[in-house]
Amino acid sequence: MDFTLRIWRQENEQSKGRFEIYKITNVSADSSFLEMLDLLNQQLVDKFEMPICFDHDCREGICGACGLYINGRPHGPDDAITTCQLHMRKFKDGDTIVIEPWRARPFPIIKDLVVDRTALDKIIEAGGYISVNTGGVPDANEIPISKKNADIAMDAASCIGCGACVAACKNASAMLFVSAKISQFAMLPQGRIEAKERVKRMIDKMDELGFGNCTNTGACEAECPKEISLTHIARLNREYFAAKIS
Amino acid sequence: MSNIFSSSVGKKFLMSFAGLFLVVFLVVHLSINLLVLKESPEAFNKAAHFMSTNPVIRIMEIVLFGGFLIHMIYGVIVSIQNMIARPINYKKTNNSQTSYFSKYMFHTAVVITIFLVLHLLDFYIRAKYIGGVEDVYYEGIKHHDLAALVIARFHIQWVVIVYVIALLILGFHLHHGFQSAFQTLGLNHPVYTPVIKAAGLIYTILITLGFICIPILIYFFK
Ligand code: HEM
Ligand code: SF4
Ligand code: FES
Repeated sequence: MDFTLRIWRQENEQSKGRFEIYKITNVSADSSFLEMLDLLNQQLVDKFEMPICFDHDCREGICGACGLYINGRPHGPDDAITTCQLHMRKFKDGDTIVIEPWRARPFPIIKDLVVDRTALDKIIEAGGYISVNTGGVPDANEIPISKKNADIAMDAASCIGCGACVAACKNASAMLFVSAKISQFAMLPQGRIEAKERVKRMIDKMDELGFGNCTNTGACEAECPKEISLTHIARLNREYFAAKIS
Repeated sequence: MSNIFSSSVGKKFLMSFAGLFLVVFLVVHLSINLLVLKESPEAFNKAAHFMSTNPVIRIMEIVLFGGFLIHMIYGVIVSIQNMIARPINYKKTNNSQTSYFSKYMFHTAVVITIFLVLHLLDFYIRAKYIGGVEDVYYEGIKHHDLAALVIARFHIQWVVIVYVIALLILGFHLHHGFQSAFQTLGLNHPVYTPVIKAAGLIYTILITLGFICIPILIYFFK
């Protein structure tokens, strides 16, 4: 398969970026999107040009490191996958593919397509944990938890912190991410003890870092590789009001 | 620590609360307006008289202005912050699957605000401060003949067109706003959320068509 790629290139945070156009030919339909970029980078290196920087780590869809904004969608034209799980067969031969970095004020560009997502870690540092000594592994079913709640907490915990929700949102809001991190604790008895403090601190941090306000457009839910649901955002809102009132 | 007036979630809470209040207001407003379609102007004029003299309604009017103000002020703040949150936009953007009207809440809001000002000047300010409205007497009590004013305005073609367009755009605002407010207030439920969304759609259609039919029926049939 042959493609025309329009890729965002930027030296560092301060410099002004620009789109560069690259042609790539003979790409296997079964190669992944990142393998296609590896191929392109090899060709660039062979010509003594700077390869294109992009984030990746596991390439198994579990770490959340990869993240490209492809043809107007975070993680590209497929549902419920990360960029590393996207394959070239999802495109048509001869397509032009526009590749951009995540764009949000709290995500400064480090180089090319790599953005600094430390802001998400800062939100976790503000309260996304349980501050007790866990000790050894507890006995199973020592604390009874209903299957329903365990499932909700588990679904929320599947968030890999990739930031696609922020990238997709027209407001660059991090609410889906934060709501997942709130929910995974809010649904479990161990998380209830610090629930009020946690939600207040995490929301404050999220606002302070300059993420936008949620207007319930649902783009985050549509693009999340782990299909985190908007119901978690409603829970976050409830948790926040409950914490503020009491 | 931030409070309910400054945090992102708090601001949206106030907005949605005020928004739902406006949603209720529209029902009251429409039910009174529909009286103008009756054969005799008496019912409408009496209702308008009641609305402008009853002390409880006078207080509600202040609350209503407050509701509009809160909704508008926070709407503007939230929208500006949201634009700042993405200083450089994407080249190729918005291909994600989202509800269409949710992307244009600020745009529809600007149109509604302009319309609101025109609409208030046209009827509220005219009847209250500018004058030129005829008087009629029912049971010896003086009433403004507002029905005649409404009918006169809606015989002007461009006025009718402006109203129909503005009301359609209000409908777009309501379509997303109604269900969005419940989500903002944390009311999301596997069974009730689809019901809320359906109710929102029915509400939006009834309110929009209800308001739109008034200028159109008057223009063609009265
Ligand atoms: C009768 C008129 C109006 C009604 C019934 C109404 C209702 C609503 C509702 C229910 C929401 C959703 C709130 C939420 O989810 O938090 C909303 C959102 C919004 N409204 Fe209004 N509104 C009206 C007029 C206005 C006006 C005049 C403005 C002018 C600034 C405005 C600006 C906004 C904005 C910017 C949003 C977007 C926030 C969001 O999507 O959550 N609205 N409106
Ligand atoms: S909520 Fe989904 S899109 Fe957002 S960071 Fe977590 S996994 Fe990524
Ligand atoms: S590289 Fe780990 S999720 Fe894609």
